[in-house]
Amino acid sequence: MALYKNYSKKEKKKRYLRDGIIMLVLLLLAITTLFPIYYMIISSFGEPVEAGAASYSILLRNPTLNSYKFFFDYSKYSYRWILNSFIVAGVVTVTNVLFATTAGYAFAKLRFAGNKVIFFIILVAMMIPYQVTQVPLYILVVNVLKVKDTYFALVAPSLVTAYNIFLAKQFIGSLPSEIIEAAKIEGCSQPKLLVKIIMPLSKTVMAVMAITTFMGSWNTFFWPFLVTSEEKMQTIQVGLKNFSFANTTYFAPMMAGATVSALPMFILFFSLQKYFLEGVTVGAVKG
Amino acid sequence: MTYGKNPSSKKRRILSNESKWGYLFILLPLCTFALFTLYPLIDAFIISFQKFKPLKTEWVGFNNYITAFKNSLFYKSIINTIVYTVLTIPLSMMLSFVISILIVPLSKRKQNFFKAAYYLPAIASGVALSFVWKWIYDPLPTGLLNRIVHFFGVENQNWLGSSKTSMLSLVLMALLSSHGTSIIIYIAALLGIDNTYFESADIDGATFFQKLHYIVLPLVKPTTVFLLITGVIGSFQVFQNAYLMTGGGPDNSTTMVGLLIFNNAFTYFDYGQACAQALVLTAIIALFTFIQFKVTGDGVEY
Repeated sequence: MALYKNYSKKEKKKRYLRDGIIMLVLLLLAITTLFPIYYMIISSFGEPVEAGAASYSILLRNPTLNSYKFFFDYSKYSYRWILNSFIVAGVVTVTNVLFATTAGYAFAKLRFAGNKVIFFIILVAMMIPYQVTQVPLYILVVNVLKVKDTYFALVAPSLVTAYNIFLAKQFIGSLPSEIIEAAKIEGCSQPKLLVKIIMPLSKTVMAVMAITTFMGSWNTFFWPFLVTSEEKMQTIQVGLKNFSFANTTYFAPMMAGATVSALPMFILFFSLQKYFLEGVTVGAVKG
Repeated sequence: MTYGKNPSSKKRRILSNESKWGYLFILLPLCTFALFTLYPLIDAFIISFQKFKPLKTEWVGFNNYITAFKNSLFYKSIINTIVYTVLTIPLSMMLSFVISILIVPLSKRKQNFFKAAYYLPAIASGVALSFVWKWIYDPLPTGLLNRIVHFFGVENQNWLGSSKTSMLSLVLMALLSSHGTSIIIYIAALLGIDNTYFESADIDGATFFQKLHYIVLPLVKPTTVFLLITGVIGSFQVFQNAYLMTGGGPDNSTTMVGLLIFNNAFTYFDYGQACAQALVLTAIIALFTFIQFKVTGDGVEY
C-alpha cells in the first residue's frame, strides 16, 4: 500500500521514527480496548470477599480459584446454564446453516413462481426493529403456545434467520450456473446436487454462518431472559445476570462468572480467527 | 420413462420439477418466518390499537398512539437515544477509520494481531462486559476510573449514579467496546483500493493527506455509508447496556426508547402502549435511514 510516503534509503531514521510512532499509537489504543477484558480475567482470580475488603489491583496477586467456586456454588444449576447455552447455540447453529443454505440455494438458483417476491418480503422484514415483534412473539410463545421454560421456546424464533438466508443467497448466487446445468444434464437430482455440489462449494459461507450464529446465540440475553423463569432452563447469560443482581457486592465472583460466560467464545475465536474476521466483512463488502 | 412428444413439454416438466424442489427447500424457513416474524409483525399493529387485559382485551382505537405522543418521557427517551447516537456513532467511526489507516501499512502478521486485539471485546457477551464496566465506573474512590481521573486532579465522580455523567459513561463504554467490527470492515475496504491510484498520485507529488482526501475517502465512501446507516439503526434499538448498567436512571437520564418500550411491555404489561411506541420507533428509524441515503447520495449498492 503506497498511501504512506516511501522514504529513500538516506531517510531511514525518519522511517523508523514514523513506524515507531504508528506502532506506539496502535499499541496504546489496543491496550485501552483490551483493558476491560484483562481486568475481568485478572480480577476473577481474587478472593470471594465483599467489595469493601476486595483488592482492585490490576495485577495478578495470590491467584485463587475460590471465586469460581463461589460462582458455581451459588446455584445448583450453574453447570446446567452452560449446558443449556451449548444446547441452544448448537441447535440454532445446525438448523441455521442447513436451512439457510438450502433456502439460499433455492432463492439464488431455482426458478419457481414467487421466488423474488418471497425473498423481498424476507429482506424487508429484516429491517424491522426487534422491539416491534418482541411483544407479539412473547404472547405467542408464552400465552398461546404455552411453552415457557422449554428448549423449544429458546430455539424456535431463531431456527433460521433472515440474515443467514440473505448471506447464503448472495454467496450461492455468485457460483457459476454452468456447474448446476452440467450436473442436471448428468441426471443429478436436486437434493443430490445441493449436498454434493452446492454445499462443498459453499463451505466458506457455511463456516462463517456457523460461527456468527453460534456466537450470537451464545451471547444473546434478551430472549432467554424473557422466556425462562425456572433456573433450570436458563442460559449462562441469564444466570449470570441473576447471580449479579443477587450478589451485587461480590466483585471477584462476578468477574469469575463473566469470564466463564465469555471463555468459550474466546477459545472459539482463537482457534477459528480467520472465519470470525471473515464473518464481519462478508455481509458488508459485496462479493 | 417416456417424455412428451415435443421438446417444450419436456422443458415444462423440468421446470415444474425444479419449482417443486424450490418450494420444498424454502418450506421450513418460510414457516419459521411466517410464524415468528410475519405473524408477530401483523399482530403488533393489531395490539397497538388494543388495551391488553387478562380476561378481555378491548379496542381503543388510536388511544395508545395519542398517549405515546402526550407522554413527556417518550420524548425524553427519543432525545436520549438521539444524543447517544450522535455522540457514539461519528466518534466511533472516526476512531475506527484512523486505526484502520494505521494498521493497513503493517505486515500481514501485525495486521492480524491488531485486528484480533481490537475485535476481542465484540466477542465477549454484553452481560459480561457490562459487569466489568460497572466496576470500572465504581463510585467509590477506589473505583478504577476514579483513580485515573484523580491522577489528573479531577475529583471523585459518581459515574453512573449522577445524571451529569451517566450518559457519557454509556457512550465511553460503547466507544471502547464496539469499534472492532468497523475497524475490520474498514481495513477490508482499504485493502481493496487499487495501488495504481496511489502510484499516479505519487507521480503528481501528492502528500499523505492529499491522498487521504482525494483517493481514500471517496473510495471508502460506500463503506462509510454502510457503517453509518447500520450503526444508526443499531443505536436506535439500544437496550441492553442501559438496562444492565443504569436501568435508565438516574432520573431517566439514560432511558432510551428501547428500554422504555421494554419497561412498558414487561414491567407494566401495557402491551398496547409498547407496540404503539415500537411502531413509532420504526417510523423514526425509517425516516432517519431515508434522510441518510438522501444526504450521502446514491451509488451505494447492497
